[in-house]
Amino acid sequence: MNQDKGEKYKDAYVVDGKLALPYQYFAGTVGSKFLIALRDKREILGVRCDTCGKVYVPPRQVCEKDFEDLGDKWVMLGNTGVVTNFTIVHKDDKHRPRKAPYILAMIKLDGADTAIPHVLEMVQPENVEIGMEVKAVFSSEPTNTILDIDHFEPVL
Amino acid sequence: MAANKKNRNVAIIGIGQTQYSSHREDVNQPEMINEAVKLALQDANLTKDDIDCFMHGNMELFEMVHQPDLWHVLGTGAYGCSEFRLTTGGTTGITLVCAADNLVASGMYDIVLAVGFEKLQEGHTTGGITNMADPLWGRMLQTGALTGTCAADVINEFGEDRARRAAMKHRIIMDQHASRNPNSHRSFGLEMDQLEDLMENSPRLVGDLRLIHMCSQSDGACALIFACEKKAKELSDKPVWIRDHVTTHREETLWMYPLDLSQKEEPTHRKAPRELFERNGIDKPVEYFDVFEMYDPSSWWGMDWIREFFLLEGDEHIRMVENEDIRIEGKMPICPSGGVVSANPIGATAMVRVAEAALQIRGDAGGHQVPGDVNHALASGFGGTLWTILVMLEKELDWE
Repeated sequence: MNQDKGEKYKDAYVVDGKLALPYQYFAGTVGSKFLIALRDKREILGVRCDTCGKVYVPPRQVCEKDFEDLGDKWVMLGNTGVVTNFTIVHKDDKHRPRKAPYILAMIKLDGADTAIPHVLEMVQPENVEIGMEVKAVFSSEPTNTILDIDHFEPVL
Repeated sequence: MAANKKNRNVAIIGIGQTQYSSHREDVNQPEMINEAVKLALQDANLTKDDIDCFMHGNMELFEMVHQPDLWHVLGTGAYGCSEFRLTTGGTTGITLVCAADNLVASGMYDIVLAVGFEKLQEGHTTGGITNMADPLWGRMLQTGALTGTCAADVINEFGEDRARRAAMKHRIIMDQHASRNPNSHRSFGLEMDQLEDLMENSPRLVGDLRLIHMCSQSDGACALIFACEKKAKELSDKPVWIRDHVTTHREETLWMYPLDLSQKEEPTHRKAPRELFERNGIDKPVEYFDVFEMYDPSSWWGMDWIREFFLLEGDEHIRMVENEDIRIEGKMPICPSGGVVSANPIGATAMVRVAEAALQIRGDAGGHQVPGDVNHALASGFGGTLWTILVMLEKELDWE
């Protein structure tokens, strides 16, 4: 009991609880095709909306602006892109993909209209810049997730 | 309670339902929602640009997605448009209907699209639903959504053999209705000569609530489009008018707190219809309505609640089941769709009751269409700590 808060907080229980909420997520055929191409061919795929011309990475079934079905509008992208934004992660937490400090960046692949979040390595935090050219480095072992791209790093 | 005075009339002008099934692994959540939204827009001959406001609903925690309404804009079509999220447990789908009706009647929006969905195979429903219980007094004791008390009550009142036969007969009739509804999740092809075998051999869940009596966990989405009277008449050949709706909830009826159990309160599924019918001047609901889409979480509840929803006495409800009056071709068709025991994507389920009742009024229910004119339809929703919601639908704008 926190005595500093005085009599008001004396004998007032705080009940600790913990809920286990396991779940699955159905990636759907569109999301699955992206993951399979990434894992098996090391290719990064997007979809293009013919109406607005936007290229979405990761892919999606429907363009939310035009309601076009994009499920078979695949385009292959290269492995290079630019940093559109970034932050430095300073605090460790068990669910994070790296030990702090590390760089978490938004990366827009060349030819895409949307950016994806990923880890940026091989550059010191003080040297990261918006607009920096980067490339994808694939994981050595398959993970069946977006982490089949292990990280991005600057194009030298 | 005063009648539901509306600023202006509201109609349902678009209906879209996905196929309900145990697993929709081929689509993610917004993709599945998009199927229902597109079907509703197609049905109303509208595009998403015609919609003034979108509404979204599902069960909290069931898919382990925070703020799904924001992410699901990918499927709902709400990009750059007004949107609300509502979640009231099992009643979510029909709460969306009530809220959409109010939003349009208020004059705030002319056309509203509401979508309810669930992908129950993705989450852990008992984990989620346990949060319903008070963390100090009930959470460590809560077991989930199943209860055998209804079966015990009906058995106590009418005797074991009659009660068990009637519940199973209800279940078999619902299965036969589901076999005529292509969207239904479950249809086992049950026949009446299996009744005694199922009574004895379907696995028990709690007391005499058996596996066959209980609703499924389903994936699916349902979307409805609501319009004000002026727009509905311009846009639709067959608008279905929302006459009135009522919502009742009484947390103490769950006996969660130490009340005197001998002082049994009027259940919400008796209170809701009593208030609704009183204020609409309906003396004999079983004669007034041409079809009733009930939220029947199990066949025990489905059978027992016929008495409450139609304000019947004694064993009238059991006789309706025994005489098969509740069949599609019967005197008082109940759940031509097959009901909740045949498909239960929870966030959509209670909206599906309204959607199916509206299809019946339009005459568009296909293989499970009630024969003859359907002018007056009733739909119910149920959920959480014994919430009951009723929606009355009409073919003609001719009530006082």
